Amino acid sequence: MSHRTGGRILNVKALARVEGEGALHVAVRDNEVLDAKLQIYEPPRFFEAFLEGRDFREPPDITARICGICPVAYQMSSCTAIESAFGVSVEGQLAELRRLLYCGEWIESHVLHIYMLHAPDFLGYPGAIEMAAEHRDLVQRGLRMKKIGNQLMELVGGRAIHPVNVRIGGFYSSPDPERMREMLPDLRWALDAAQETVDWVNTFSFPAYEGDWEFVSVVQPDRYPIMGDRIRSASGVLDIPVAEFLDHFSEEHVAHSNALHGKWDRGQYVVGPLARFANAQDQLPPGAAAAADRVDLHGEVRNPYKSIIVRAIEVVAAYEEAIRIIEDYVRPTAPAIPVRPRASVGHGVSEAPRGLLYHRYFLKDDGSIDSCDIVPPTAQNQPAIEHDLLHVVEDNLSLSDADLTHLCEQTIRNYDPCISCATHFLEIRRVDV
Amino acid sequence: MKPRIAVWKFSSCDGCQLSLLDCEDELLALGNAVEIAYFLEATSRVEDGPYDVSIVEGSITTAHDEERIQEVRENSGVVVAIGACATAGGIQALKNFADVEEYKRIVYAHPEYVDTLATSTPIGEHIKVDVELRGCPIDRGQLLAAISALVLGHAPRTKTSPVCLDCKQNGITCVLVSKGRPCLGPITQTGCGALCPSIGRGCFGCFGPADTANVDALTAQLRQLGMTDVGIDEMMNTYATTQFRKLVADQAGTGRGGSDDSGEQV
Repeated sequence: MSHRTGGRILNVKALARVEGEGALHVAVRDNEVLDAKLQIYEPPRFFEAFLEGRDFREPPDITARICGICPVAYQMSSCTAIESAFGVSVEGQLAELRRLLYCGEWIESHVLHIYMLHAPDFLGYPGAIEMAAEHRDLVQRGLRMKKIGNQLMELVGGRAIHPVNVRIGGFYSSPDPERMREMLPDLRWALDAAQETVDWVNTFSFPAYEGDWEFVSVVQPDRYPIMGDRIRSASGVLDIPVAEFLDHFSEEHVAHSNALHGKWDRGQYVVGPLARFANAQDQLPPGAAAAADRVDLHGEVRNPYKSIIVRAIEVVAAYEEAIRIIEDYVRPTAPAIPVRPRASVGHGVSEAPRGLLYHRYFLKDDGSIDSCDIVPPTAQNQPAIEHDLLHVVEDNLSLSDADLTHLCEQTIRNYDPCISCATHFLEIRRVDV
Repeated sequence: MKPRIAVWKFSSCDGCQLSLLDCEDELLALGNAVEIAYFLEATSRVEDGPYDVSIVEGSITTAHDEERIQEVRENSGVVVAIGACATAGGIQALKNFADVEEYKRIVYAHPEYVDTLATSTPIGEHIKVDVELRGCPIDRGQLLAAISALVLGHAPRTKTSPVCLDCKQNGITCVLVSKGRPCLGPITQTGCGALCPSIGRGCFGCFGPADTANVDALTAQLRQLGMTDVGIDEMMNTYATTQFRKLVADQAGTGRGGSDDSGEQV
């Protein structure tokens, strides 16, 4: 192994993706990594500010616009927060429809990430379109799987990007059972394709690295978590109702980033597929559980590169859940339950594809918003991403700048941050320190 | 030679460029018909300009982006602005009518770290835009049609009629008249296929105003439904606020707009 002396700086100039424009700076001197910063310079859009004074019915539509990749997560966290403030809870078939819509988003987002963003890293292609030149069947399988996720969102939400059918208390209209059942043949095909996807990504070669963090996710008593009202860490040191989230977790504003950094009073943590899997593997539906056994993944998976396998297992689970919900679906008597505004505070949480998303609203008697807080998953994962980068660079200093840069990009994409493709524009500048 | 296409992001949610990746049935064919020279969401392969077509998502909210959009224009044959952010400043343009320093204090512990202009402005306020596709998000059918037209060498056409017309053509019962639900369909440009009315919900204007919009007539109707002027103002001024504000200002005093000279306050 050759050792470099002197310094070098890896500079990712434009992490331009999804929830963020960002950049990566890594400074190295004499084989020691001095600093690793993930800078998110996506211009601030001030959602929490302009929500003040708006009507309680508006956050599902307004906060959806925070992210075009996971709008349903914002809709569901805002709905449950406001409903809890008003003392109501959406149950039964309406809750199942919400879960179905959310399954559509997990499928759309996860398949996009697996096939189009992350797999090309492992296989050495710049992107899925280039990958299709040699693996057309694979890419076409991914596109069809993703399309079926989008169709679920259109069926329940009216539109795949920024669904229009979601409201506080439920939906504007409930989908027709006949039309739902028409999707079953495609969903069954997709379930098989998802199983094949798990086996495919399991053949990838995974860099050796293990992260040292706690896994934090929503938990549900009877199923793999998507929406729920408790938050747990896999070690069991944390098990709290959603209302206590901000007693333990905070956001820190650091100079280099427009995304606030998530902080836990007990130390480093991550949210997302690895956290859900660590907390709830035993609640996976049968096909997904079988897939996990087949690839021999259990409990706490500490290699973040293997998140692509866990994502693929969650896609299996999402298709299974979608099939189950549609088969059992009975049209609800009303598309929404009534709500009555009152002065109060409400907390809501749900599992966006990339992890736990928390909302809090202070509401006035007339139903207007006094103030609100939104803690997105990417902000919470940012310190862990920086931590991983630091160690990955330290462990791989013998690599060429090009290879090390590629590895850094791939490391960032492990978290499917809303800045994944940002890492596509990485530039290295050597400096003598 | 294949036309060279670039996709650029400014301040936005990424949903409109995702619409391109959501063209699952057409994406690989598109990849054959054009050269995707710059599209960070899809590929890390980055080709230098000039580009035949630049698709631009997002609004301008920083000094750096004011410069960057000029470079895009200089390097592009045709510029297509996609979505409510690029064509109207987006939902983040709500700050244009507020105190941005106050906004910084509400969201950030250290407002001094935050680099932002006081306004969020559409691409067309900074450079010449050749084609605009509206919507929050855009309709992917409109996007594909526009790209196809440009590849074939003619100007894309998009409908400019109001959502109302789509409801009539598609046999959707009027939510405003028959259900008494507030709806911006009469003054909003179509493109969505009357999505919200089709599920029994009023249109909330995410495609911005139609050419033929008559604000006065709708405002009077909304007041009759019991909406306050504040409520009407918020309904119009969310997803395409700069366009609706301009419309209201242009029509004030003409008998076709403004909320000062007609109707009864409820």
